[in-house]
Amino acid sequence: MSQTIATPPSIHLDTDYIGKPTSRVDGPAKVAGTAKYAAEFNVPNLLYGYVVSSPIAKGKITRIDAAPVLALPGVRQVFSHENVPHLAFLDRSYKDDVAPGGSPFRPLHDAEIKFSQQPVALVVADTFELARYAASILHIEYEEAAHETELARHIDDAYEPGRGKTGYKPPKSRGNFGRGWEQGVAHMEARYSHHAQHHNPMENFATTVEWLGDKKLKIYDKTQGAFNSQQYLTKIFGLSKDQARVISKYTGGGFGSGLRPQYQLFLAVMAALELERSVRVSLTRQQMFSFGHRPETLQHVAMATNPDGSLAGINHFAVAETSQFEDFTENVVGWSGMLYDCKNVKLGYRLAKLDVFTPLDMRAPGAASGSIALEIAMDEMAYAAGLDPLEFRLRNYSDFDQAEKLPYSSKNLRACYHEGAAKFGWERRSPEPGSMRDDNLLVGWGMGGGIWDASKQPAQVLASLDADGHLTVSSGTNEIGTGTYTIMTQIAAESMGLPLEAVTFILGDTTLPESPLQGGSWTAASVGTAVQEACTALGEELLKQAKKMDHPAFKDAKIDDVQFANGQLRLRSDATQAVVLRDLVQASGEPKIEAKNSKLPGLIGMVKPPKYSMHAHNAVFVEVKVDPDLMTVHVTRVVNAVAAGRIINPKTARSQVLGSVVWGISSALMEESVMDHRFGRFMNHSLAEYHVPVNADIHDIDVIFVHEEDAAVNPLGIKGLGEVGLLGVAAAVANAIYHATGKRVRDLPITIDKLL
Amino acid sequence: MNSFTFTQAPAVDAAVQESVAHDGAAYIGGGTNLIDLMKENVARPTHLIGLKKLGLDAIETLPDGGLRLGALATNADTAWHPEVEKRYPLLSQAILAGASPQLRNMATDGGNLMQRTRCYYFYDLATPCNKREPGSGCSAIGGYNRIHAILGTSEQCIATHPSDMCVALAALEATVRVSGPHGERTIPFEDFHRLPGTTPHLDNTLMPGELITGLDLPAQGFEKHFSYLKLRDRTSYAFALVSVAAALELDGNTITAARLALGGVAHKPWRDQAAEALLVGQPATVDTFRRAAAKVVEGAQGYGSNDFKIELARRAIVRALKQAAEMNQELDSNAFLNSNP
Repeated sequence: MSQTIATPPSIHLDTDYIGKPTSRVDGPAKVAGTAKYAAEFNVPNLLYGYVVSSPIAKGKITRIDAAPVLALPGVRQVFSHENVPHLAFLDRSYKDDVAPGGSPFRPLHDAEIKFSQQPVALVVADTFELARYAASILHIEYEEAAHETELARHIDDAYEPGRGKTGYKPPKSRGNFGRGWEQGVAHMEARYSHHAQHHNPMENFATTVEWLGDKKLKIYDKTQGAFNSQQYLTKIFGLSKDQARVISKYTGGGFGSGLRPQYQLFLAVMAALELERSVRVSLTRQQMFSFGHRPETLQHVAMATNPDGSLAGINHFAVAETSQFEDFTENVVGWSGMLYDCKNVKLGYRLAKLDVFTPLDMRAPGAASGSIALEIAMDEMAYAAGLDPLEFRLRNYSDFDQAEKLPYSSKNLRACYHEGAAKFGWERRSPEPGSMRDDNLLVGWGMGGGIWDASKQPAQVLASLDADGHLTVSSGTNEIGTGTYTIMTQIAAESMGLPLEAVTFILGDTTLPESPLQGGSWTAASVGTAVQEACTALGEELLKQAKKMDHPAFKDAKIDDVQFANGQLRLRSDATQAVVLRDLVQASGEPKIEAKNSKLPGLIGMVKPPKYSMHAHNAVFVEVKVDPDLMTVHVTRVVNAVAAGRIINPKTARSQVLGSVVWGISSALMEESVMDHRFGRFMNHSLAEYHVPVNADIHDIDVIFVHEEDAAVNPLGIKGLGEVGLLGVAAAVANAIYHATGKRVRDLPITIDKLL
Repeated sequence: MNSFTFTQAPAVDAAVQESVAHDGAAYIGGGTNLIDLMKENVARPTHLIGLKKLGLDAIETLPDGGLRLGALATNADTAWHPEVEKRYPLLSQAILAGASPQLRNMATDGGNLMQRTRCYYFYDLATPCNKREPGSGCSAIGGYNRIHAILGTSEQCIATHPSDMCVALAALEATVRVSGPHGERTIPFEDFHRLPGTTPHLDNTLMPGELITGLDLPAQGFEKHFSYLKLRDRTSYAFALVSVAAALELDGNTITAARLALGGVAHKPWRDQAAEALLVGQPATVDTFRRAAAKVVEGAQGYGSNDFKIELARRAIVRALKQAAEMNQELDSNAFLNSNP
């Protein structure tokens, strides 16, 4: 692994934590099991709710016979549409921060069944085991209606969605693709598909609600946004923020599944309010297949090249599934108008309504799906044009965002191509499919890449220094395993010149300053910047205190004249002129000195039109070895070169990209939620049958962070890493398989049956 | 999961009596499959009879040179047992191809025979399944049947037996020792598991109350030429799409004895003695292996998404036989040279 970290002028490097590989500060708690997850808070007098799921995909409930279940000693209540309390009426009360356009699903709202595994009842009992048993004997009758779950049968009724969802940009065509196609001398045209995927974080969704009396609740929720859960609850149940305190200190994987409040949150809170008791509702692994998922897409790509290998035209069309009640949109094809230089681009994106739950953002939503088609198509086009796939991409390199008509704030994809190829040994590739061998195995080398938004959201942070000199920095963001605790601690320690041990970062509580959802690869940039700002504000407070203490050296000092290092405030010009930070607090007579960053959520980012297009990029190189008789595939080597601005913690950053690569391999070779359309139901709903790679499937992975300085994205130069590493991986595997075997598989995952 | 009672049986007789005395009783060994089935409400035993106090976990050599595996020996202890590793490496390899270390530490040898199919529809109460609910229909036929059977199927059921260990046991001609209300008996391995026919809810030929107490392996272990080849969607913790247990004895390059059994293709470990007969007396060449493979899949039938298994099985058989034949070739030629000075 290699990476180069630039130093921005605003950071004092005396303690030097930023850019240094740092072990997770929350690692010991996780390893020792003291890190508690939503279903692990054993509050007193807890009741347990178990969700009953619909066996049918469409229709209505005609009868619920709860009496025999209620007669079981220890069963407290059976909630269904028949007795759910009257709650908020308007759709907007049910909209969370990332709700797409439409009418959000309301659990237990009425008798109508809209998707298979819909929650239809909640059985609440004194023990989990009793609730589960009672749920298994609850008699419910249904009237079935014909359902439609097959995307391929609904391409013709697909429609262009409105803007609806935050972050969705309707794709913009430009130039004249038809003319480009006609003028081109080499052509490719193909259809691509992949199936639904479910996030399946290790931690199942769960909510523990502690009843504190008088409708006051302490809610431990599995979520990627405590504030999102809180605002959802306050609107639906008419609770104050004080009554609905949401806590989420640790999240056992998110990948987007926790961006929207899941139905167990609603059910647990509803039951707690109705029964005036503490209640926990946790979902089973099977029920983890009952809500949002990466939507299946069917895509079509056509490309043509000019004699010099430049792209004469790109046409990328995708149709994706959504539910009957919401328009879930994601940017699937827009990237195809950005990643490469091309005048004539025709893009199309449509949705088809099916009887399924609304899809949900899943790691690199849209881009992961779109890059499968785009990056396999680029490989096909390179072969059709007689060019090496890397050379083809370099010939079509774009230094300008042609979709937004803006220059990039920084774009070092070229370094990704060069450093990645060098590390991989790409120049030794012989282009002919089937031409490379290792003993009896076919060897294939393929590549791909991608582009992802470098976003930033408003966030608030409080920095507080106590009389022992310990700095506590807090913000209600989430830790979903990405390393948020660690990098925020690093940034704060760096800013205040304190050792890591003297800094604690607190998150995941709606009583803390407000932060956005943990998603979109924006947390490092958003919260990280806010941490730096809050520390700067704290520094100003500390300087004021120093002035109050009549310290002659600081009398006329401005904030730029001082620095924080070794636990001291000192003059830049004379480091011997220093005061110990904890002495400042002690002298203040207060238990602590604290400051918040000044920018209020919601105010920034909407003011000026953007000057730059801000994006992260990557290039991936993959080696596969294929048994020519049995057609078993092993991904033996991957090099993923990423240009994502400044890397705060190369250790956790590398882990992020490693996880992305594993997921890309998973998408390429094994992962899919298989729907039996006769039942409108996902059938492989367990981790035994929903296949993701095991350790033995994963071999050498090299992660390269190329040098990229970017002062425009944010003062720290952070672009975010959560998603970009996934892009192009699945396509690169598919391209490598083509190179090994000469078989072009365009329907992912590429399981053994598709290669025989 | 329903509520149930639990007894730890002190002895085999007592266990059998408990079983006879309770309607809906089930024996529980490691519980690695039964507990899952109970959580899914696929199995709803009212009474569980624990077997851990029975002993029955020894692995010991028999007077005829064979080996007895206690029914309660764990899969892990069996796979790593020195005698098994040395004399029945095919069995070791098959066990280690299955499940995960954690599961193998819990799972027992007797329980391995008793595990039930991993058919998606069998596990999901929302869908019809003749194995779970006789007469309700088979959802896998006409449905998502990528992991389903291609041999010995019926119109009522196309489920597969999921075990790897049992494929090796079939190839090695193990004998199943059972105790029941009417005393002890032995069942040849091939007769233990059933084909689905019109009674797919019955996985095996055990009589009510009968308990597996051990597995006897004959002396012949095929330790020189064997292969367990498992093809699956990932390298570990996935059931076989097709697996092949191949075992050969060679005299020079001539096959003198052969065993061939497949997993992932039928309702039971699929041993094919007709194909074995095609191998014996023939040179160990790819042509010979191809003829045997063709014989095995002669009557195979695909159901749509599992059509590929027919070709995959054919190729896997050839590869497994080839791997078995090529094992220890150097050793054999040395032996040949030594015996012909």
